[in-house]
Amino acid sequence: MQALYAQLLVGLINGSFYALLSLGLAVIFGMLNIINFAHGALYMMGAFVAYFLLNNDYLSIGYWPALIIAPIVVGIFGMILERTMLQWLTGLDHLYGLLLTFGLALIIQGVFQNYFGSSGLPYAIPDQLKGGMNLGFMFLPIYRGWVVVFSLVVCLATWFLIEKTQLGAYLRAATENPTLVRAFGINVPRMITLTYGLGVGLAALAGVLSAPINQVRPLMGADLIIVVFAVVVIGGMGSIMGSIITGFALGVIEGLTKYFYPEASNTVVFVLMVLVLLVKPTGLTGRAA
Amino acid sequence: MPDTAIAEAPAKAATTGGNILQVRNLEAWYGESHILHGINFDVNAGEVVTLLGRNGAGKTTTLKSIMGIIGKRAGSIRFNNEEIIRATSDRIARMGIAFCPEERGIFASLDVRENLLLPPIVRAGGLSLDQIFELFPNLKERLSSQGTKLSGGEQQMLAIARILRTGASFLMLDEPTEGLAPVIIQQIGHTIARLKKEGFTILLVEQNFRFASTVADRYYVVEHGKIIDGFSNAELAANMDKLHAYLGV
Repeated sequence: MQALYAQLLVGLINGSFYALLSLGLAVIFGMLNIINFAHGALYMMGAFVAYFLLNNDYLSIGYWPALIIAPIVVGIFGMILERTMLQWLTGLDHLYGLLLTFGLALIIQGVFQNYFGSSGLPYAIPDQLKGGMNLGFMFLPIYRGWVVVFSLVVCLATWFLIEKTQLGAYLRAATENPTLVRAFGINVPRMITLTYGLGVGLAALAGVLSAPINQVRPLMGADLIIVVFAVVVIGGMGSIMGSIITGFALGVIEGLTKYFYPEASNTVVFVLMVLVLLVKPTGLTGRAA
Repeated sequence: MPDTAIAEAPAKAATTGGNILQVRNLEAWYGESHILHGINFDVNAGEVVTLLGRNGAGKTTTLKSIMGIIGKRAGSIRFNNEEIIRATSDRIARMGIAFCPEERGIFASLDVRENLLLPPIVRAGGLSLDQIFELFPNLKERLSSQGTKLSGGEQQMLAIARILRTGASFLMLDEPTEGLAPVIIQQIGHTIARLKKEGFTILLVEQNFRFASTVADRYYVVEHGKIIDGFSNAELAANMDKLHAYLGV
């Protein structure tokens, strides 16, 4: 039974990363209509920024500041990408955005691989989150519990921002009719850039959270992004709550599959994706692209 | 009447404030299609000016060109003596021009309250929510409904109401009566008359000139992307035959 709970916990942790990443993808797709294939590379950059902040000759900036600094740094990098490249794809077919961001992902990963190889760099768990708790039915490493809770809080805060605030109303309206929203006096191009920065920042945040668990590797994003895209397709492109729920749910389903039928654990998400595409091509909660 | 005469017409027709909008030799394109071929007209502060014309004449394109939401335009548009032909639409809106599109532009992902509060306040002097609910009592009862779940008339009221909050003093209404029941058309007519009384300047696009005649001070007739005639409301009766011919009614 302990093994079942352990797999559930692993599923929840993976689900946290799926949710944060697919949330960022959903935000970006909703606003920019771009399927951001560079998301995995930007997630990896988040982890690397945290690593650089800690391991350099000048400063030793630890995990807690990195949780804020890395998403900002990578978010700014993302905004530069949007201003210099992605904005020119407005109005074109999704395929162009997909190809451009796929190319960007390969370049970013290639650069990091060139300098750091493919093996993982260690990133220590902060002292405050070391150790674990015996819950009676299972042993809970504190850091992993923190990742689940913190991710959930960030996801819900993002959902609140988009669904319940005036800024979110601007975002949702601009998703529907950017021309009219701009004609109301709102600087939509700037809002698009900031939205891309927000989505990318969420990916970088997931990268920092992941660093102590999975180590820091140039291909850490590439391994994850395919599953995350399956999550987004199942949840529905552009759906905020759909991405969050599906992210956590698929992590748990993957964990349960590891316990009950380990052979299928790597494919269960994709099987579900195929089934959803057959029954509801726009995803469980998504809108038509 | 030739275009040059039309351009000068407001000076003769002006019964209200000074010149607020001057459009000169306005040309506009949708992709490769040349839609406007040198539009000239003026609007004075406090007036209701109506652009009349058949479908596809260029009336809506004229409004969109003023609002800056047409890909390519040329010529001159001066608002409060400031050239806006190269300004972006968000800057034009912040200068005090508000646009209510023909398709109403109600956002499905927003409820009525969110739709109403969406356009930011660009300057002081806009209507308060209480004043808006006084004009459109239906909206108050439907605040939490999804915007697109309202009836056509209610959606039109919402589309007009939300630009009244912004403080913009120059309103452009594109076919506000299209597809609405007579009783709603009457209500919109009363609203426009009241807005005029409160000092708003309104540029109206209408095909229904019977409705327009109840609110407008002056008319311009648009055909093939040009203004081909213009007259004041007092001259409407004398121009009725011409107008029927222009509009094909």
